[in-house]
Amino acid sequence: MNKHVLPQLNRRAFVIGAASVGAGLAIGLDLPFGGPSVVRAADGSPEVNAWVVIRPDDTVVIRIARSEIGQGTLTGLAQLVAEELECNWSKVQTEFPTPGQNVARKRVWGDYSTGGSRGIRTSQDYVRKGGAIARVMLLQAAANEWKVPVAECAASNSVITHTASGRTTTYGKVAEAAAKLQPPADVKLKDPKDWRLIGKSVKRLDTADKTTGSVIYSIDLKLPGMLNAAIKDCPVTGGKVKSYDEAKIAGMKGVKKVVKVGDSAVAVVADTWWHAKTALDALPIVWDEGENAKVSSATIAKWLAEGLESGPAYVGNQSGDVNGALAGSAKKVEAVYSYPYQNHAAMEPLNATALYTPDKCEVWCGTQNGEAALAAVLEGSGLPADKCDVHKHLVGGGFGRRGQTDYVRQAVDIAKQMPGTPVKLLWSREEDMTHGRYHPITQCKMTAGFDAGNNLTALHMRISGQSILFSLRPEALVNGKDPATFAGLNANGEAAIGYSIPNILIEHSMRNPHIIPGFWRGVNVNHNAIYLECFIDELAHAAGQDPLAFRRKLMAQHPKHLAVLNAVSEKIGWDTPPPQGVFRGLAQFASYGTYVAGVAEISVVDGNKIKVHRMVAAIDPGYAVNPAQIERQTAGSFVYGLSALVYGGCTVKDGRIEQTNFDTYNSMRIAEMPKVETIVMPSGGFWGGVGEPTISVGAPAVLNAYFAATGKRLRSVPLRDQNISFA
Amino acid sequence: MANLTINGKTFTIDVEPDTPLLWAIRENVGFTGTKYGCGIAQCGACTVHVDGVAMRSCGVTVSEATGKQITTIEGLAAEGTLNKVQQAWIDHDVPQCGYCQSGMIMAVTALLKDNPKPTDQDINDAITNICRCGTFQQVREAIHAIANA
Repeated sequence: MNKHVLPQLNRRAFVIGAASVGAGLAIGLDLPFGGPSVVRAADGSPEVNAWVVIRPDDTVVIRIARSEIGQGTLTGLAQLVAEELECNWSKVQTEFPTPGQNVARKRVWGDYSTGGSRGIRTSQDYVRKGGAIARVMLLQAAANEWKVPVAECAASNSVITHTASGRTTTYGKVAEAAAKLQPPADVKLKDPKDWRLIGKSVKRLDTADKTTGSVIYSIDLKLPGMLNAAIKDCPVTGGKVKSYDEAKIAGMKGVKKVVKVGDSAVAVVADTWWHAKTALDALPIVWDEGENAKVSSATIAKWLAEGLESGPAYVGNQSGDVNGALAGSAKKVEAVYSYPYQNHAAMEPLNATALYTPDKCEVWCGTQNGEAALAAVLEGSGLPADKCDVHKHLVGGGFGRRGQTDYVRQAVDIAKQMPGTPVKLLWSREEDMTHGRYHPITQCKMTAGFDAGNNLTALHMRISGQSILFSLRPEALVNGKDPATFAGLNANGEAAIGYSIPNILIEHSMRNPHIIPGFWRGVNVNHNAIYLECFIDELAHAAGQDPLAFRRKLMAQHPKHLAVLNAVSEKIGWDTPPPQGVFRGLAQFASYGTYVAGVAEISVVDGNKIKVHRMVAAIDPGYAVNPAQIERQTAGSFVYGLSALVYGGCTVKDGRIEQTNFDTYNSMRIAEMPKVETIVMPSGGFWGGVGEPTISVGAPAVLNAYFAATGKRLRSVPLRDQNISFA
Repeated sequence: MANLTINGKTFTIDVEPDTPLLWAIRENVGFTGTKYGCGIAQCGACTVHVDGVAMRSCGVTVSEATGKQITTIEGLAAEGTLNKVQQAWIDHDVPQCGYCQSGMIMAVTALLKDNPKPTDQDINDAITNICRCGTFQQVREAIHAIANA
């Protein structure tokens, strides 16, 4: 039975180096694939190499470096290894090696970061190689035992056959000998046409325990002697704790300690979390909220609007002479759009458990970036890498939020004040909603020009708003500019615009309010796709042309963009009218190396209620590892993106986020979910991401359908602010 | 002290009577399959059965639950055999992150007990749990598969 188990590596088997680890853990990738001294898993089974452990009963344990946050990467990565390993898929298990083990072994498992839809596409080469090298070693071990040339041996389904004699053995029987062999310097990977497991919709490996309540997410962890902490950070980002009156809660049941966390937060530690939370709610805290308390959504909107008209801007995509072309155009069209802050609101509120002693610091958490979490443990504890580790759990939703490590650092800061006692820090939903790393806020002014023949000759997009990299990864800025803000609008690359327009200028006026932004599923494509694809729709109507035909004329030089657009149009039957009262909207976009298109069929009920009946999506990620999971990611991305479109939006008042729970930051329910049909159409030759790209087309397809239904353009999000909801 | 009957067993726990049932189950009894999602009975991650009725355990106090038959996700699989909802969830690969699925399975199990062949509208009315991963399509498909089995 397939099963995901918590890792149990035998630490003694490793030479724990005194690796000094900086914040970025910038140690080069080294891929030793085995060798004469056998490394063993906790149960004594040999590692054939870092990716593959084989037990005598032929169970294959595949190591997964990236985090499983629901997106299915655990299963997809295992498929990649197993494809080359030629093992029995029904006996595959997986485990997460810890980030500390990765550091100790010179990053044998490479990058742990799980964001940007990179899990599979940036590790597929070396994980497949890991499987292939293990296969070669297992074959060689069998050949050695039989004293026959390895070329006469073949592997399939964990069975090795000497083709000449018909003798067979299994991986479990030769794994011990294989683990002692020198790994081959290089191996040839299979031609994609020979894949049998990659491209197959095998079931996920991590489902069974999710149906019985037996998965231990980090929120569920129990350790002997563990206490529980509830925390309040200053409601205004940038503010500080001025004072708190500990005496007021001194006698409350279960309370063990009140601790200051950094200079901006207070935590109550108690026997149970409910006691900690109850006491924290009763604790009088005085905040020094600082200057940011003057900020509101209105002041932010005004500042961003100024950026649409004036001030410096970074150019992301430019060709021709936009100003000249606009000045000489026969017709101009202009529109201003906006997109708000959004909270990730993963179902499992942020939490981490830390155990600190002067000699060691360990953390148990759900994280999208195990190595960044480890770096936070090092910084918080002040201990070196060989005395710290992070134990990764299956994650109850990430969507980008758990790529940040603020909650890990807080857990360590608390535990450090209670040496020897494991403390589980859990954020209340209210804390989670009000201390997010929010989808950045932006506005966009677009101006387009047509010539006398009704041809689009110029497009000027000026985006004004927040940069995620400015706040979270300033080292990634390029001459002060954030290239990621142009996702899907670039001239070329993995997130390129799909239209050829003779004169184009796309620029970003960076304005960074104090609300901390973050990577929120899809990241900059959420607003960029609404801006571009809704405005293109406006232009089609301004030109008196069908939105599909109008797009096609601009897409001749972009065959992959066009192919997915054609696929959804054909499937929905764009050329035939929709049912009575149903209206359609289109969108296409490329990001994370993947091409997507979507079409929505909606009705508008009572003038302000949107019923989304059906959505058809097409996705070309180059190679499709598990089509059934790609379909689920697509449908799920629409739930996430359309929830944000209609119900989402985080507003700022007195410097703080106003939405505190799902009653004010709602999420789409099953009744509101459209039927989603996904066309998975991998064209081969490249590896694109899957978790995020499709979210880009959901919202603009629905908005364009709303225009088709009502003749009204909706240019700001969320729609609830315009008294529009789901039917 | 309070006595709670959960999955057929009675647990005597040291807990204040106004403690939400959710936290008593998770922290005092120790069954962690029932999840905390919002604490205000919005999301349904904490759904359990109280005398056979699906309820959001964050909104029920220990004193209200005392004397009632409480079933959690851990109590669905009789003697290790998954119930038909759990099995359908595996057959249809329903969960993504899985965190909301305990509550979802509890809500669906209660629905099917009262209404073995629910229509789409019945499902829409009865299943109001939040799933941020967006597994609703598989949830609906699995419910219909059970109903038509």
